[in-house]
Amino acid sequence: MTDQPSAGSGEPIGPVTMLATPIRLDFDFTPGVAQSRFLRGLERGTFLGQRCPTCHKVYVPSRGTCPTDGVATTEDVELAGTGTVTTYCVVNVPFAGQSIEIPYIAAQVLLDGANLSFMGLIQEIPADEVRMGMRVEAVWVAPDELTPSLASVRYFRPNGEPDADYDTYKEYL
Amino acid sequence: MADSDVLHAKHVLEYPYSRSVGPVIGAFLTALRDGRFVGVVGSGGSVIVPPTEYDPITGDDTGELVEVGPGGVVESWAWVSHPRRKHPLAHPFAWALITLDGAGTALLHAVDAGAPDALSTGARVTARFRPAGERVGSMSDVEAFVLEGGAAR
Repeated sequence: MTDQPSAGSGEPIGPVTMLATPIRLDFDFTPGVAQSRFLRGLERGTFLGQRCPTCHKVYVPSRGTCPTDGVATTEDVELAGTGTVTTYCVVNVPFAGQSIEIPYIAAQVLLDGANLSFMGLIQEIPADEVRMGMRVEAVWVAPDELTPSLASVRYFRPNGEPDADYDTYKEYL
Repeated sequence: MADSDVLHAKHVLEYPYSRSVGPVIGAFLTALRDGRFVGVVGSGGSVIVPPTEYDPITGDDTGELVEVGPGGVVESWAWVSHPRRKHPLAHPFAWALITLDGAGTALLHAVDAGAPDALSTGARVTARFRPAGERVGSMSDVEAFVLEGGAAR
């Protein structure tokens, strides 16, 4: 494809200067047994993790095995929707397809009871007031809009509790 | 967890790139839109097709554009028994390296030969261009090459 009218249009046409070179991958994705369990949890409005039978750490989402001990994680653990911001970044760069206004915060949130943080948006607070140790809670989409996807979690927001002590999350940075 | 609880989803990952082609590839694509091929004269006098801005061996600027083809010779080929969705032809065909008449390098394109028995290294082929109104300045302006004197369709 070019930016010139085609030869059949009857208009004067110049030399070809541009070429459309779209790259497109159509693929079927399966998250597998372990992550399907996590995603089904999101569909019910809960964070579902799994505990390692050896080291007792709770992974969310669980990949079905403990990366430290190499054993299957079989015990499901339902986690509260509250957690602690361990680290974060302020996104100031616009890009195509961006769905939220900049600046916004992408943070690592350590859910209470979990031993693995995961990424979420922080909203309902000015970007320059977000901090490490801030206590947050998940804001879910409306019950009839829940899907087996992280899109079910709209974002996290401050829950009003005092900041967590650094020692409670220093292992998760 | 039952197997039926394992999720599946269709995903699409797409980058809608376009690129500027420069004066030499631009001339090649413009010629394709006109239903012909051009190459460029390299340092040693041999004609490079598709044309490049620099000689791939010496790195020198290439010279003038010259018309080549539309006939040529199959240098090497591989038969595709089960074309995939994005292949140029929906029925079995060959990918082939084709040295167009007047060219010193080979060009990769599809040969619509019907059956693998019909094709051989050294076979004469010629380009089957799309109708003028459908050509846009792209390699796909050549629908495929066909055997000279015995075109499969």
